[in-house]
Amino acid sequence: MSVTVRVPTILRAYTAGAAEVVVEAATLADVVAALEGAYPGIGGRVLDEQGRLRRFVNVYVGDEDVRFADGLGTPTPDGCTVSVIPAVAGG
Amino acid sequence: MTTLQHDPLAPAGAFGPAVGLSCRECGHEVEPSARYACDQCFGPLEVRYAFGRVSRRQIEAGPGSLWRYAPLLPVPADPGDRPVDLAAGWTRLHRADRLAAELGLRRLWIKDDSGNPTHSFKDRVVAVALTAARTLGLTTVACASTGNLANAVAAAAARAGLRSVVLVPSDLEAGKIVTTAAYAGTLVAVDGSYDDVNRLCSEVAFDHEDWGFVNVTLRPFYAEGSKTVGFEVAEQLGWRLPEQVVVPVASGSLLTKVDKAWRELGELGLVEATPYRVFGAQASGCAPVAAAFDAGLDVVRPVKPDTIAKSLAIGNPADGPYALDVARRTGGAVADVSDEEVVEGIRLLARTEGIFAETAGGVTVATLRRLLAEGRLDPAAETVLLNTGDGLKTLDAIVDRVGPTATIPASYDAFQELGL
Repeated sequence: MSVTVRVPTILRAYTAGAAEVVVEAATLADVVAALEGAYPGIGGRVLDEQGRLRRFVNVYVGDEDVRFADGLGTPTPDGCTVSVIPAVAGG
Repeated sequence: MTTLQHDPLAPAGAFGPAVGLSCRECGHEVEPSARYACDQCFGPLEVRYAFGRVSRRQIEAGPGSLWRYAPLLPVPADPGDRPVDLAAGWTRLHRADRLAAELGLRRLWIKDDSGNPTHSFKDRVVAVALTAARTLGLTTVACASTGNLANAVAAAAARAGLRSVVLVPSDLEAGKIVTTAAYAGTLVAVDGSYDDVNRLCSEVAFDHEDWGFVNVTLRPFYAEGSKTVGFEVAEQLGWRLPEQVVVPVASGSLLTKVDKAWRELGELGLVEATPYRVFGAQASGCAPVAAAFDAGLDVVRPVKPDTIAKSLAIGNPADGPYALDVARRTGGAVADVSDEEVVEGIRLLARTEGIFAETAGGVTVATLRRLLAEGRLDPAAETVLLNTGDGLKTLDAIVDRVGPTATIPASYDAFQELGL
């Protein structure tokens, strides 16, 4: 299933500057694996050594923060957008 | 002025004593620039300094604003290299004997940041962030805000002659919408929570590298502005540290920076590095940091906020883990109070000290009271409470709870009948 990934500035070095890339994936874990396949090294920026989402990465499938869903197991329906965003908040 | 398009760097000394931005998670370091997240691990970047010698006398001879601490901030030494601004900071430290007596505390001080130019502590962070924007050649400043930051950015940008673009949740208190719109920058009301607005702002920032998002891309500089609350408390106490402090927690940044300020003052020999305990205050309708504290966790699980304390309604607080670290390291705690207690806290502070705080101040007063009642805060220890904002901006919270004692015809007899 086709998933559009919105790439944060700090990962665009891996995607040759592309702000969005498209991968085939059924879950968020598949998305990360597909990104790593296409852009080696990018997976280790998003996941820690234990294969969990890093503490300061916010990931959204559509409008939903995956921490309110099923984390890396969150389904990524065909045509959805995944956003990867550094965690900052305060205002 | 040239607008730099990508990863702008500035000449040495342009950020004063700041020598780099280092990742709080992995230690990876980059030059001072408009970067905020580590490209190795996404951890937050924080300003690293190489301080020269700084004396009390030098600070005391400085202006009656936060700029007296310029040698301890990531800003150019020459005021001419900073934007024209609103002279935030140097707010009063108010000895609160009547509130202390009511609560059974030996000595209580209120650091009253409602006295800032736009009536909240956000004028401090904005002053430092706009200075960074100028140094980096950015002429548009933007933010995601729960209201107080919106006021501060719009006003400071107006004063500095910069363009401002402010994003807020559309359900904010009218007082915060109007007091932002009055400064005539661009104000975008977003149908969503603060966390939604923050996410949107972060995504917009990816593709607007010529804008300075004060609490996103300029966050490392912005956050340092909060240290000035801590510096001022220490100087106003006669160059010493209190034993306890109670700080409202939204993102958690203010709490961590008060701690950073006191550690820096100790390391620089400007105060004796005496122990202190840091307590965080949240509203129960948005208490992810207090929940993590109680559960003994070092990660903060996000929540969907539902509280009248909208300025603290950040369900996904990025500095939450560091706020937990500070509370635990110093022997403090993070606790939360109901909206009913928040209203009571506002009224208690107003009734005893003549200070009308916004809901965040109500949260802090009520949390102080709760921590004392639970025996978690020492009534004999000198305590400082931070009031970060002005009650005039959150009238909605108490408009149904207070009002005239009586409404009478304009006659002498009617007044007499009141028996006052």
